[in-house]
Amino acid sequence: MQPAASVRPAANVDSGGAAPRRRRALSPREVGRKLLTACATLLFVVVINFFLFRVIPGDPEKAFSPRGRNADPERLRQIREDLGLGLPWHEQFWAYLKSLARGDLGSSWGEREPVVSVIADRIWPTVLLSGTALVIATVVGVWLGARAGWRHGSRFDKLSSTGAVALYSVPEWLLGLFLVVLLANTGLFPAGGMVDPRSTLPDALDIARHMILPVVSLGVVYIAEYSLIMRSSMLDERYADYLTTARAKGLRDDLVRRKHAWPNALLPTVTLFFLSLGFVVSGAIAVETVFSWPGLGRLTYDALRGPDIPLLQGLFLVFSAGVILMNLVADLVYPFIDPRVRRS
Amino acid sequence: MTATRALTPRAIARARRRAAVGAFWRQFRRDREGMVGLSIMVLFAFVALAAPLLADADGLSVTRATGPVLAPPSLDYPFGTDNAGRSVLTMVIWGSRISLLVGLCATVIAMVIGTLIGISSGHFRGPTGGILDRLTEWFLVIPYLPLAIVLAIVFPPTVPRIVAVIIVIGVTGWSSTARLIRAQTLSIEERPYLERARALGAGHWHQMSRHVLPNVMPLVLAHTTLTVSVAILAETTLSFLGLGDPLRVSWGRILDQAYSGAVISTGSWWWVGFPGLCVVLVVLGFNLCGRALERILDPRLRERA
Repeated sequence: MQPAASVRPAANVDSGGAAPRRRRALSPREVGRKLLTACATLLFVVVINFFLFRVIPGDPEKAFSPRGRNADPERLRQIREDLGLGLPWHEQFWAYLKSLARGDLGSSWGEREPVVSVIADRIWPTVLLSGTALVIATVVGVWLGARAGWRHGSRFDKLSSTGAVALYSVPEWLLGLFLVVLLANTGLFPAGGMVDPRSTLPDALDIARHMILPVVSLGVVYIAEYSLIMRSSMLDERYADYLTTARAKGLRDDLVRRKHAWPNALLPTVTLFFLSLGFVVSGAIAVETVFSWPGLGRLTYDALRGPDIPLLQGLFLVFSAGVILMNLVADLVYPFIDPRVRRS
Repeated sequence: MTATRALTPRAIARARRRAAVGAFWRQFRRDREGMVGLSIMVLFAFVALAAPLLADADGLSVTRATGPVLAPPSLDYPFGTDNAGRSVLTMVIWGSRISLLVGLCATVIAMVIGTLIGISSGHFRGPTGGILDRLTEWFLVIPYLPLAIVLAIVFPPTVPRIVAVIIVIGVTGWSSTARLIRAQTLSIEERPYLERARALGAGHWHQMSRHVLPNVMPLVLAHTTLTVSVAILAETTLSFLGLGDPLRVSWGRILDQAYSGAVISTGSWWWVGFPGLCVVLVVLGFNLCGRALERILDPRLRERA
């Protein structure tokens, strides 16, 4: 969950630095700089990933071995060799980087398969679930927030903001747990999973049926979040000079809102949308656990139970890389949709 | 005003501070949301402190439980019982201690780190500030739950689990504070009294502790209340995923036990409903309070409200 403070739109201008006045959205140099920043962040994650799992107190090979301290000596020796534990740490790190570059994340103990393929198998259910919830939540949340912000102080505003603040305090997975405990026994909704082999429905419908509860529990919380963001950026825009101009031209209130206030208020929301993706990842982990949804989140939970260290390492890397990538996309796309960033 | 002239500077400062606190409290009392939040916080603080008076700690033990298995709420067991016959009410009361304790301690860690890094990265121009700012940015970008999971997994088993959880949440939760404090520090650094302090030869430490810190303190306070709610949520989530302290009952741990104890197939809603509701209420209380503090302390928001 995201700290509530960030509901207020921060400066809607990217903190990336002062770019000189220019016509083009992004110069190649800026693109390069942003790419470099993203790579530095990724490298930081890789460094964390490498060191955390190697400063494990005691013998790393024991922590890394599936049977812990009772592992057989031959296997321990094998792991030592695989991890290169005898070598100085910079050589270990170099070896780790090289295997990363080859796309080799080691092999999972639980599944006895390369971590990469285990993760690749599970990525689509997560994208499907979180993506659906995000799209629905963005549309509904932006609409709600814009309306509430425009009619600041109205009954609609009071009702929807109070509801949003209350729902904002509910973790997605807890809402999911409530829902599934209350509704699973009615037979209307399945208790978990993605498909039911006994189901007579067509596959797509069956998956959709399994998606309803998790999407609702993720979606409702995101709606609360996005509507609060949109509301406060609408409040920021409400008395802007260009709106006074628009009103002075004699435009109807409705048109002022749709043609002038809306697009501008949407911009900080877009930024925060991308920035909140990290929290979407966190939400998905716990919600997928509750609903046994066969995605990366549930995989994380299963890896924790092991614990399956190589798999956890890989998952951490994938989650972080995904968020970093989305942030980079936001950084690169943003100047195209908001010319103010170019000039600032 | 002949009386004021006789006062020492310290007494004047104290009187001024008392007046400021009084004015602040009058404003806060007018804020309905804030007062609701504060009452919730006081209620739960009372429950946590008075736990030994409200419920017998024996009720937490699986072997000494006396109630029927999975009984719905009744007069004897207002919150029902779990699959071992323990009263959910007893567990919720005792769980409030751990949940609040972890939340508060983790917040202290996060606030100290966040304030230190925030002020330093705003104060020191050049490479030091740049590096600290970058670090903040990295921690903002990295999704917190995977990071917390990874940290919790590699934590040495010799450290008590509850301490590990506190440290993990504290260490992963400081970045948004640091970002906020940095922005505030940058604006304070531009003010004339800091220029004056520099001209008089004040060192970095003196500038930061005597001039910047008192000015960012109100903001830190408002943000602390919001951070507590995040920390409590993090504790609940980590415990739910099985990373909490297995020896102590917290709200997240109750939910974890309920989830692995077939709460879904038996439909025993009270087992997750009441602890879950407590989590939501406490988080809501801290959120409402924090938002009210922000409204009062941040003039930018005050104008708008």
